[in-house]
Amino acid sequence: MFKIVKAEFLAENIKRFEIEAPRIARKRKAGQFVIIRLDDHGERIPLTIADSNNDRGTITIIVQGIGKTTKALNAKEAGDTILDVVGPLGDPSHISNFGTAVSIGGGVGSAIAYPTAVALKQAGNFVITINGARSKDMIILEEEMKSVSDEAYITTDDGSYGFHGFVTQKLKELLDQGRKIDFVLAIGPIPMMSAVAEVTRPYGIKTMVSLNPVMVDGTGMCGGCRVVVGGESKFACVDGPEFDAHLVDFKNLADRNRTYSDVEKAALTAYEHHCRLDKAAESLKTENQ
Amino acid sequence: MQQLTPKERMQIKRHHMIEQAPDVRNKNFKEVNLGYTAQMAQEEALRCLQCKNPTCIEGCPVNIQIKDFVIKIAEGNFSEAVRIIKMDNALPAICGRVCPQEEQCEQVCVVAKRGEPVAIGNLERFVADFERNSGQIQIPALAAPTGKKIAVVGSGPAGLSCANDLAQWGHQVTVFEALHELGGVLVYGIPEFRLPKEIVRQEIDGLKKMGVEFIPDTVIGRTITVDELFEEEGFDAVFLGVGAGLPWFLGIPGENLVGVYSANEFLTRVNLMKAYDFPNYDSPILDCKDKNIGVFGGGNTAMDAVRTAKRLGARHASIIYRRSEKELPARAEEVKHAKEEGVEFNILTNPLEFIGDEKQRLTKVKLMKMELGEPDASGRRRPVPIEGSEFLLDLDIAVIAIGNGSNPLIAQTTPEIEISKRGTIVVDSETMKTSKKGVFAGGDIVTGGATVILAMGAGRKAARAIHDYITTSQW
Ligand SMILES: Cc1cc2nc3c(=O)[nH]c(=O)nc-3n(C[C@H](O)[C@H](O)[C@H](O)COP(=O)(O)OP(=O)(O)OC[C@H]3O[C@@H](n4cnc5c(N)ncnc54)[C@H](O)[C@@H]3O)c2cc1C
Ligand SMILES: Cc1cc2nc3c(=O)[nH]c(=O)nc-3n(C[C@H](O)[C@H](O)[C@H](O)COP(=O)(O)OP(=O)(O)OC[C@H]3O[C@@H](n4cnc5c(N)ncnc54)[C@H](O)[C@@H]3O)c2cc1C
Ligand code: SF4
Ligand code: SF4
Ligand code: FES
Repeated sequence: MFKIVKAEFLAENIKRFEIEAPRIARKRKAGQFVIIRLDDHGERIPLTIADSNNDRGTITIIVQGIGKTTKALNAKEAGDTILDVVGPLGDPSHISNFGTAVSIGGGVGSAIAYPTAVALKQAGNFVITINGARSKDMIILEEEMKSVSDEAYITTDDGSYGFHGFVTQKLKELLDQGRKIDFVLAIGPIPMMSAVAEVTRPYGIKTMVSLNPVMVDGTGMCGGCRVVVGGESKFACVDGPEFDAHLVDFKNLADRNRTYSDVEKAALTAYEHHCRLDKAAESLKTENQ
Repeated sequence: MQQLTPKERMQIKRHHMIEQAPDVRNKNFKEVNLGYTAQMAQEEALRCLQCKNPTCIEGCPVNIQIKDFVIKIAEGNFSEAVRIIKMDNALPAICGRVCPQEEQCEQVCVVAKRGEPVAIGNLERFVADFERNSGQIQIPALAAPTGKKIAVVGSGPAGLSCANDLAQWGHQVTVFEALHELGGVLVYGIPEFRLPKEIVRQEIDGLKKMGVEFIPDTVIGRTITVDELFEEEGFDAVFLGVGAGLPWFLGIPGENLVGVYSANEFLTRVNLMKAYDFPNYDSPILDCKDKNIGVFGGGNTAMDAVRTAKRLGARHASIIYRRSEKELPARAEEVKHAKEEGVEFNILTNPLEFIGDEKQRLTKVKLMKMELGEPDASGRRRPVPIEGSEFLLDLDIAVIAIGNGSNPLIAQTTPEIEISKRGTIVVDSETMKTSKKGVFAGGDIVTGGATVILAMGAGRKAARAIHDYITTSQW
């Protein structure tokens, strides 16, 4: 049992948790993740360790509610528990002083980009962050990103805040201005990562992406997380999750990630239906009191 | 005890266990074999000739005193029979179910020369179940605490048997397990219909009662390194029983299509994550109902996967294996059970390519027929392709069950531990010592994928050497 000591929404549907897990807190490095299982009937899902606090013995995760497990997790509050938390898993980000490094986070991807941006700063890079979302109220970690950046940009698809457009357009703009960029890290939805790869490819800029295939064990035992990189199969949970963006087969990843879409949609609908019933029952109870 | 002449004993026919009917069991996950009644067990035990030279014992990798426990069964003294078995085998209810007896104890049983061997495995299973069902599992006497701490990494059969012996000798044992559930392949690989998980749980409860501590959700090499187990956690010795959990793939085109699973993933989703009960359990598996499912390989893992597919409602569940039926490495009983349950066998057939639709979902596999050529290094006749024999087979789900390599996590984080070219941990075969002081290893991580009983034997051998090391401090 792992105790949640703090829980707060950062944006609609995106929640930050601090969880007691001292052994993981002590060990984790940027780029690593945990696998959690909420309860006895739960699925094992991977979530990046966004931060940790050694004194308190806690790790921070930031979760976007998209399916049954993440929504059920986001319904939890401080004081609640999570049955299983395993980690830190994955190969840590390979960080060095590249020179000028751009860290791009799209949506909840900013939560995953943040720890690596911190590490890039600590390694002595000139750090540019591009933090993008659909609209202003979906931007997360704005202050945190700023605090580790030499230059920080916000982009929104609808122009409600910061630069009006996609993160890739901002990146392209910087390159068009003739900025010398030595390293790019991009984390977000698959189409975004794939688009970033195409922007940097002609410039030959070393570009890494953090992939999010479906996982089960997270230790290399099942092979379910395999992704195609440079024509070879790699296990994202042990060989990654960060890979060279220019070698990744994004189409294969997107298709594989849709393996269970139909049944998962059904499970989510059933879950939300239950939640509504529970709520209705709750309100009936209070009304009757 | 009845006095029978050897001739009379030989005339008794081997007793087969009661089984669920094939067309019933291929639709449920309950255990296939229902075991012996006490009377059947006693009659079966009478078939043993009590040989002066009991070759059966040499056939058992842990040398169970077979002759002695079998006569106790004939006498009706079942608890004494269990006691005798447990001197050499801490997990008889498990080995009695999954040992490849026909290649071990039963193969060399003297009675086998004239007919069917004594059903040693079934008898072992019977008495272990008898003890468990009586609710009076004997907890072995524990030696006085020594104050020594040992970390066992991995809760598969190697780790469990190592922990069992060390705890008996008074040492404080902590087992670290990467997964949320304890038991290794016994819980995530071997299905419920062959080995009920309740049995594994009870064996582990027994160890807990002996004071063994279990810490799940902990990956050694990640959460804690081997060095930290000594330096920060204060352990005096470490046993690595981490198994061979790195699935091999075929290396042919199309292997990353949606619908191609490793056997580990397929079985883990079903056994460990209970995907057959989705959405009551949250982990999904592709719908197998009325689908064509092909399992590539011929070992126990392949049989488990294909029989699981059948139970999930597959229309065609077939084994695709490149050698001939004689070479199938699975236990004979599993092959027989699979056939009875309606599994199809495409032998002497080799896959060339998986083919998918525009959404990258598997639809077909291209196969080729093989014939047997000259014997290879293993003495088995090498399968050679038949020119021009390529053909296509409709397939919705493919499960690759061609074996496992070694997980590199520990090796990567503990470079002093010597690793073979195949990735297995190198040990001294007598003491199971690795090249790093205080660290021992055994089971599949040393041998590559093998058997439960060999992993158990290795765990016990290591326990003996660990005991010697921590009590003498001599490496
Ligand atoms: C290394 C890694 C780090 C991640 N870090 C974060 C993070 O910090 N914050 C965050 O919000 N999300 C993160 N994710 C994604 C997160 O794991 C998925 O959103 C989550 O598993 C969805 O589960 P669900 O039941 O809520 O949704 P579902 O309805 O089950 O699935 C929705 C979609 O999520 C993906 N998914 C489903 N199951 C899994 C699984 N077991 N593993 C991976 N993806 C799956 C699939 O694409 C699926 O179509 C990360 C994924 C990976 C691989
Ligand atoms: C599907 C299947 C069917 C089989 N059927 C039979 C059969 O019928 N008869 C038979 O005799 N044999 C059978 N086998 C083989 C047998 O199960 C294995 O030989 C045996 O389980 C090996 O035992 P082990 O203790 O070495 O490893 P495992 O059982 O593999 O256990 C290793 C454990 O270590 C854990 N682990 C790994 N790395 C770490 C780490 N870094 N930190 C912490 N924990 C870790 C794993 O999660 C696992 O729980 C079968 C195997 C499979 C896969
Ligand atoms: S442990 Fe296996 S080999 Fe040994 S006696 Fe039992 S069934 Fe036979
Ligand atoms: S070899 Fe067969 S008959 Fe002889 S003692 Fe062993 S089990 Fe009995
Ligand atoms: S999640 Fe199973 S091998 Fe990566």
